[in-house]
Amino acid sequence: MAGVTLDTVRKVYAGNVEAVKGVSLGIEDGSFCVLVGPSGCGKSTLLRMIAGLETISGGEVKISDRVVNEIEPAERDIAMVFQNYALYPHMSVYDNMAYGLKNRKTPKAEIEKRVNEAARILAIEPYLTRKPRQLSGGQRQRVAMGRAIVRKPQVFLFDEPLSNLDAKLRVQMRVEIKRLQRALGVTSIYVTHDQVEAMTLSDKLVVMSGGQIEQVGTPSEVYRRPETRFVATFIGSPPMNILPGRVEGPGLVSVGGQMIKVTDMREGLTPGSAIEVGLRPEDVQAGTTGTSTLTLDVDFVEELGATQLFHGKVAGAEFVVQASTGQLPSDTRDLTLSIDADNVHLFDPQTTKRLGVA
Amino acid sequence: MVENRRYRNLVAYLVLGMGVAIVAFPVYLAIIASTFDAGTIANGNMPLVPGDQAGINYERALFTGGRLAREPVGMMMMNSFIMAMGIAIGKIIISILSAFAVVYFSFPFRRTAFWVIFITLMLPVEVRIYPTYKIVADLGLLDTYSGLILPLIASATGTLLFRQFFMTVPDELLEASKIDGAGPFRFFKDTLLPLSITTIAALFVIQFIYGWNQYLWPLLITTQSSMQTIVIGIKKMITTQDALTEWQIAMTTAVLAMVPPVMVVIFMQRLFVKGLVETEK
Repeated sequence: MAGVTLDTVRKVYAGNVEAVKGVSLGIEDGSFCVLVGPSGCGKSTLLRMIAGLETISGGEVKISDRVVNEIEPAERDIAMVFQNYALYPHMSVYDNMAYGLKNRKTPKAEIEKRVNEAARILAIEPYLTRKPRQLSGGQRQRVAMGRAIVRKPQVFLFDEPLSNLDAKLRVQMRVEIKRLQRALGVTSIYVTHDQVEAMTLSDKLVVMSGGQIEQVGTPSEVYRRPETRFVATFIGSPPMNILPGRVEGPGLVSVGGQMIKVTDMREGLTPGSAIEVGLRPEDVQAGTTGTSTLTLDVDFVEELGATQLFHGKVAGAEFVVQASTGQLPSDTRDLTLSIDADNVHLFDPQTTKRLGVA
Repeated sequence: MVENRRYRNLVAYLVLGMGVAIVAFPVYLAIIASTFDAGTIANGNMPLVPGDQAGINYERALFTGGRLAREPVGMMMMNSFIMAMGIAIGKIIISILSAFAVVYFSFPFRRTAFWVIFITLMLPVEVRIYPTYKIVADLGLLDTYSGLILPLIASATGTLLFRQFFMTVPDELLEASKIDGAGPFRFFKDTLLPLSITTIAALFVIQFIYGWNQYLWPLLITTQSSMQTIVIGIKKMITTQDALTEWQIAMTTAVLAMVPPVMVVIFMQRLFVKGLVETEK
């Protein structure tokens, strides 16, 4: 087992396009690290550099203290699960899993033992003689994971492995991947653009944008205390509401003339300067029980079953409130919202960085 | 509507039937003619049902040949067969390897290499016949199988076909192979080749028939009768100077000449369809 260390890793493509701009990251042994970000943020490129499928333009990639920049993918002691599974279509499930071991001249008995064990763990034993095309999407996904497991690698790399599955299966496989990773204790790096997957799977969540890391932390840290406006709006669904506001004094901002108390606010901000006020749709309640209030002009209501989304405007800016169904009448036009000072996030309009207590 | 459709079907079948008749009738005639003696054909009143001379005609054609040429068709068929097989197999090997290089390796002037191959599409044997003849002659390959085969192997069709196919193979398969520790040749042998079977079968059919039907090139470079191909043989039988053309032998030879290409199509088509049904990417 081993950790993975990235030291100012850069990727520059022909034409001077910088896809990854100096990323440094330490991934602890046995942890599950998820790289999340919108498409084109460099997360897949980063993963492929760790795998050895892309050359590294600058910096260093270390797997268990060994610099692997110049080492062939097969020698890096990693295994990868691809988005489209990349199973060899002409080989049986058994051969798909055994191929990598055969290439490294593993004894036949050992191959058989490992493949059978992986098949047992993944419950694909009945399909070992089938060809990939005779399997369903979920089964192919398992075979792809089986191919990774039999290698007994130091690191698992997942490149959006669930995005080809339907929604229901995705949730099921997500749980299975997490369970499997726990059981095997292998360091895993997982790339996704789906923030729910990112939150649920990760021990360590890395939010990326524009080839750079925006924030690293546990899922709850990233959710509770987003360091930038980008992270705030990317993690969480529906995304955090951002309102234009003004600094009024220590622990006090205003939005459209309505005062809001804030717990996590940097000292020494000039009163009167502009500031962005972030509020999660699930953190605001109807009523007046909180420390401050806002009025919402409701446009329409979205029904999600267990919850309802109230879309509208606060001080001219789009705003969404999530409430349990039945809590509020659906024909509500004006809504008084109650806000807890602990749930207010402040961002600098220029740098988009969090203006929290340093 | 149902009536209407039935009427339309009838018309469609009628047109198709006429097409088949136009194509098939001459072939049928050749087969019939190969079962009569020369006199029956020559007097212009050949019946449309088979005669009783088939055994004699086929035996003579295969083992003795025409009255003048005296070259057994069996030998000519063997020559044609070797040439067609050589062209088909040689072309498959060369084009699959060149396509592999062009698609999967980045080397200097890769694009140039591809375009050079592409340009040869515009230069069939007929166009480059003099230089090709000169080279083959200088290499001392006149009247040899190599001389018959080699110049026809070099052309771009196969390379293009394989290139198109390789481009549809997902990159992830190559990447998965890399991670599985397979080098370029192992990837080629273990993954690319098995996936290409149907393309190979298709190319084989096309190239075998192309090779079998060659006329101009073998005519140029073979002088010995022992190197003659069947297509030339037929031509020789028809154009006789003084004597009467032995139509029954010419037709018998023509029928015999049809057999191998038809066999190749029938046999390969099965593999072809099977591959089409089974392959999924």
